[in-house]
Amino acid sequence: MAQQLCINQGECHTGKFIALLSLGGLVTLGALFAFFTLEHHGHILTGMNNQIVWGLPHVFAVFLIVAASGALNVASIGSVFGKQVYKSRAPLSGMLALALLSGGLAVLVLDLGRPDRLIVAMTHYNFKSIFAWNMIFYNGFFAIVGLYLITLMDHNLKAWTKPIGFLAFFWRLSLTTATGSIFGFLVARAGYNSALFAPMFVIMSFAYGLAIFLVVQTTMYSWNGLTLDLAIRRRMKRLLAVFVGASLYFTIVFHLTNMYFAKQWEFERFILVDGGIYTTLFWVGQVFIGGIAPLGLLFVKRAPGEHAISFTVLAALLVVVGGICQMYVTIVGGQVFPLKMFPGHEVQSTFFDGVVNTYNPSIYEWLLAMGGISIAFLLTAFAVRVFKFMPQDDFSAMQMRRSTD
Amino acid sequence: MSEQFKQEGGENSDRRAFLKTGALVTGAALAPGVLLYGVAHSRAPEEGASSKVRWGMLIDTTKCGDGCNDCVTACNTENGLSGKTGPQDSQWIRKVDIKDLRTGYVQSLPMMCQHCENPPCVDVCPTGASMKRADGIVLVDRHTCIGCRYCMMACPYKARSFVHEPLTEQNPDVPRGKGCVESCTFCVQRVDRGEQPACVEACEANGHKAMIFGDTMDSESEISKALKSADSIEVRADLALNTGVRYQGI
Amino acid sequence: MARLAKWLRLAALIGGAAFVAVPSIPAVAGVDLPKLEKGKGEKCVEETQFMRRNHMDLLKHHRDETMRKGIRTTKHSLKKCVECHASETTGSVAASKEDFCAACHSYAAVKLDCWDCHATKPGKNPLPQMGQGGQVGQTSPLMASTQNGGSK
Repeated sequence: MAQQLCINQGECHTGKFIALLSLGGLVTLGALFAFFTLEHHGHILTGMNNQIVWGLPHVFAVFLIVAASGALNVASIGSVFGKQVYKSRAPLSGMLALALLSGGLAVLVLDLGRPDRLIVAMTHYNFKSIFAWNMIFYNGFFAIVGLYLITLMDHNLKAWTKPIGFLAFFWRLSLTTATGSIFGFLVARAGYNSALFAPMFVIMSFAYGLAIFLVVQTTMYSWNGLTLDLAIRRRMKRLLAVFVGASLYFTIVFHLTNMYFAKQWEFERFILVDGGIYTTLFWVGQVFIGGIAPLGLLFVKRAPGEHAISFTVLAALLVVVGGICQMYVTIVGGQVFPLKMFPGHEVQSTFFDGVVNTYNPSIYEWLLAMGGISIAFLLTAFAVRVFKFMPQDDFSAMQMRRSTD
Repeated sequence: MSEQFKQEGGENSDRRAFLKTGALVTGAALAPGVLLYGVAHSRAPEEGASSKVRWGMLIDTTKCGDGCNDCVTACNTENGLSGKTGPQDSQWIRKVDIKDLRTGYVQSLPMMCQHCENPPCVDVCPTGASMKRADGIVLVDRHTCIGCRYCMMACPYKARSFVHEPLTEQNPDVPRGKGCVESCTFCVQRVDRGEQPACVEACEANGHKAMIFGDTMDSESEISKALKSADSIEVRADLALNTGVRYQGI
Repeated sequence: MARLAKWLRLAALIGGAAFVAVPSIPAVAGVDLPKLEKGKGEKCVEETQFMRRNHMDLLKHHRDETMRKGIRTTKHSLKKCVECHASETTGSVAASKEDFCAACHSYAAVKLDCWDCHATKPGKNPLPQMGQGGQVGQTSPLMASTQNGGSK
């Protein structure tokens, strides 16, 4: 059975596969352990509190959700914009999108105060809430991308690929817009309350999603002893560079705007200069590791050879690390900065008013966060083994196209 | 009729316009206002909260005792809170000490749910658990609260707490439990009986009388008269939430 | 593939069997019916048989009426249930397995989350009902104003 089910590999390494599944399963079990413990004892065991209400699980969950919609971008470039190279990668892209979204949503749900009431969240909608809209977008994403995958895999439904691909593209744009707006719509806090969050999250999703796609794709190729065609590699490398650059651009515009508003100066000083860990994570994590370093790696001129691919993968990995740093700065950094209720006043209370809050995630938050990644990993590993997700490039057609272009 | 805190589309400009013509309107508003008031309070149990009432509170910070914590204690007793002040403990009302950085003027004031007319917590709640009653009291319906804490992110006053651990021995009138978000209810259980919130009662009992509670739609109520006679502000007025709690002296 | 089909068939069979078996489980198991402590007062607000079947709907309806609309009738309120049905020994409706709510619910294997938030014991001094609370509020400005209204 297992032998028959390994489709993408030249030869089946069932042992390695089982080992990978066990590793992923173990981490997932850890997350389940954390979930049941928290369900029993309450969030008292976490580092989250009444000041830092969203912590590490949310950082990873939002990152995975944003990356999920971005991972679908490869398919969209193929189906919506008709690029052949990307078309043959559409199934892998769609599957990755679903796996990442599953991981992210699982963490969000497992961290709820009343996860037993998930059904309430699915049956009671407050349509003024962007969070409720997100739930609709998430569920719809599963349905639409699922259908899209079916049209890609069933030759009889090929005619449907394009329209559903279009729908999926617009849906994913809406989804990321809504995800960004979760923060953009928070009127009260200095760190949020900006319409820029929507487009910024869309651009960042392009970068994070493509980065994860590139890592997975390279892993699949190398396991099969294949190397990716140089032209394809160059194309995707450049695309990643464009997305990373655009993310940096939005980051700069966001902070420049804030620096122009006197009421935002204190927040900007906190993030950019004296915010301790948050300042470090911003400059070192988000800007350098997630922006400047990968750009350097992607643009470095070198002879085509073995190293080029590993440079791209390294850049992609850095983008992922930088992305998680960005989410941490955005989500936790935005909350540790004190809420300004009385401008021009020094404030003191028993409820940590006017205080820069501290956040120390406990082991349970780490377990939950890692669980999100492991769920996405497990689903990907399994799907890649049992379905035909290996990109099938028709090189002769590509050559033709290139010469006619 | 008093439009001072009118429930729908309450623009600040409306309020200002009203204040200018306040004296004229007062006379005309007297009879219906009083009538409404009577209805609201002798309200039978089967009658629900009415949109003809808007509960509000006026806090005079000049009367609020520096170091006095009676409102907080009374709230904890009434609502069954532990009174602990760790980062994971619930605080429905807290004393905030503020010092003007330019002048050095120091004040103390109680801060709690401001019972906004346009509450951000209600807007963001995905399930509609965060809700505003017809009479303007903002509550959490724990039956539909999933504990996502988005309302806590959205509240400009940090008025909400999340219950971090299992609770027992709750006050029968104030159900509360693990995994849900909660905040000041204006002591809705008391208000529905025609009583004042516990904090206001405590403040009156100790002689500070810094807090007035009542129906702001009734021009004859003590709070309406007090609001009319002196300037008061809402905290974070820039957000235009038209809070039910207003402050004098800041 | 054939093996998969076989598993599916087996799963369907087990599922079907379970579906048929469920309604008859109590009869098969022969568990004694819970012995319920008698509540205070003459009789319940509704017929016992009616309450057995419908108490959850009444409570749910009442909870939304009270919570969302501020309707505070007491006939179907959970607080009043607790006041009458709290056990003589434990003082609660759900502290021990024999207590009123717990007894039936453990028998029927229906999980309750009422008591995550609601008190299982009556208040120490049950508060006066609305309308009778004049004494309490007499000094308050709210009531004073009401009286003004009355005298006009």
